[in-house]
Amino acid sequence: MAGTRQDRLGISPTAAGKHAILIGYSFIAIAPVALIIINSFKERMPIFKQPLDLPTAETFTLAGYETLGKRGDFGAWLGNSVLVTGGSLLLVLLLGAMAAFALARYRFMGSRVLGLYLAIGIMIPIRLGTVSLLGILQGLGLTNQLAGLVLVYTAAGLPLAVFVLSAFFREVPRDLEDAARVDGANDWHVFAMIVRLARPALAAVAILTMIPVWNDLWWPLVAAPGVPTLTLGSQQFLGQFVSDWNAVLAALTVAMIPMLVLYVVFNRQFVRGLMGGALK
Amino acid sequence: MATVTFDHVWKKFGDVVAVNDLNLEIQDGEFMVLVGPSGCGKTTSLRMIAGLEEISDGSLRIGDRVVNNVPPKDRDIAMVFQSYALYPHMTVRDNLAFGLKLRKTPKADIDKRVQEAAAMLSLENLLNRKPRELSGGQRQRVALGRAIVREPAVFLMDEPLSNLDAKLRVQTRAEIARLHQRLKVTTVYVTHDQVEAMTMGQRIAVMSEARLQQVGTPQSLYDHPANRFVAGFIGSPSMNFMNVTASGTGDSVVLRNDAIEVTLPEPFRGRLPASGNVVLGIRPEHLAMSGASAAGTLKGGADVVEYLGNEELIHVNAAGQDIVAVIGSEHRIRPGDQLNLQVPLEKVHLFDPESGVSLSPMAGQAAG
Repeated sequence: MAGTRQDRLGISPTAAGKHAILIGYSFIAIAPVALIIINSFKERMPIFKQPLDLPTAETFTLAGYETLGKRGDFGAWLGNSVLVTGGSLLLVLLLGAMAAFALARYRFMGSRVLGLYLAIGIMIPIRLGTVSLLGILQGLGLTNQLAGLVLVYTAAGLPLAVFVLSAFFREVPRDLEDAARVDGANDWHVFAMIVRLARPALAAVAILTMIPVWNDLWWPLVAAPGVPTLTLGSQQFLGQFVSDWNAVLAALTVAMIPMLVLYVVFNRQFVRGLMGGALK
Repeated sequence: MATVTFDHVWKKFGDVVAVNDLNLEIQDGEFMVLVGPSGCGKTTSLRMIAGLEEISDGSLRIGDRVVNNVPPKDRDIAMVFQSYALYPHMTVRDNLAFGLKLRKTPKADIDKRVQEAAAMLSLENLLNRKPRELSGGQRQRVALGRAIVREPAVFLMDEPLSNLDAKLRVQTRAEIARLHQRLKVTTVYVTHDQVEAMTMGQRIAVMSEARLQQVGTPQSLYDHPANRFVAGFIGSPSMNFMNVTASGTGDSVVLRNDAIEVTLPEPFRGRLPASGNVVLGIRPEHLAMSGASAAGTLKGGADVVEYLGNEELIHVNAAGQDIVAVIGSEHRIRPGDQLNLQVPLEKVHLFDPESGVSLSPMAGQAAG
């Protein structure tokens, strides 16, 4: 019976091996997240004594979440994070798409060199420029301002966005653009159409851009400690001598929610065969 | 509706000349076919009319207006692409309506024109589908419909049938011809297929190596090709060519090589080059079976016989040259048979061996 069942499911040894690897990787990826969520609902002592156990009637508590509720600035931290991430995402996608469109669809002198120049930004971490960037922000009066953070993240995110999007935009057949132009489209119409057709790429870039921004501790710490984001704010629960683990875990759990929502939203854009039927 | 005029138009891509001094006037309401082998400049010429390629030199007019620097959207043209280039994210209805919407046509008017075009092309039931849900033939009709709804002054078609299977191609060919008769819009149609050109074109412009070779009606190109290229390109199977030498004088000039001996047809008298060497051209369908090895025949052995039903395509080895003849299949010719093929003098074409230009006084007469 076991044999026939296996045949019916069609699991070959190689497939089983692949699945073992994937399941193992999923476990490694999910386990810490699951631990954070589970322990955010437990009393302080059980977090240390039985960190792997699910909360029971005795150990269950919402103390961490209550702390977050009582600390009036938690809402502000969340708001700051949303504004900074949202603003950066918007600017990276908008400016990145426009630059990528120009690089991919217009023929002009030096477009290749310009593309390479932008790509260099992918390889150089923006933190290397912290000192001079802080100087610039100070000069512009943007320290301790969310706008300052948004500008830094936009600069950091643009190279990858331009690189990925221009590769996708090049894939959109020239005939489609020509057809649209003959139909009466101007550059903006063509841009809108190509962005529309490269939606999966935009979604990928959005996910790649938003997660590091949301999680970042460095720039809020050095450039805008006065307007803490969620990541920076949560650090206040971690003291040198006493750490409020309930609150830290609760904050981390809440911090995941917006990212999960956005991830689901963008992930739905990965529609396969979006170009189906355009040609031939 | 409008005329389209190329006036000494050049197109260069870097050092490569894609269109070399093109002069061509397409009449109002005419169905003009640009035909030639790939890379001959026909598609580039079409794209210049569309405004999708810049013109390097010369001037292009649509109607009385020089359009060299007019963007595509202001040229009042519609184009059907080889790849169809349907907008994949839009329904058939939106594909058809897109151009009208961009031109701010009133909603009611758009609906009416989309309905009309859909009815004309039997697309009514497909209006809410996306291109990926359509078959190749349906997509092709949507591409045609997108051009029709615009009611442009000129239709441009770039090999619109090349992605269809053979049967659908014949159907659609007739459909496009019917549409043209009905709408009477100036149409420029690009193809590499001479059969399409011959069956659809009111006039045909044959291009090769960036140059216009000859313009004329299908009949005039077939009967009076201006040069060896046009003679070989138009007609299927292709015209046979043989090098022959002229000897004798006056009324008794004879053209001969090892396989053939014919008297010089009357219209060519006094038109031969001094060397006496010419290229003789004869179409496969003009060769006929002949009993005896008389004068005016072509001798050779049948190499390959391709049976087509009512007729046979016979490859004849005539003194080392491959000659094709189309013969009624009732002759039951077998490979290895020795044949005498009658060469009708009035169907013989002669070309200059150097330039390839026709020696006929009629050549290119009907060119417009």
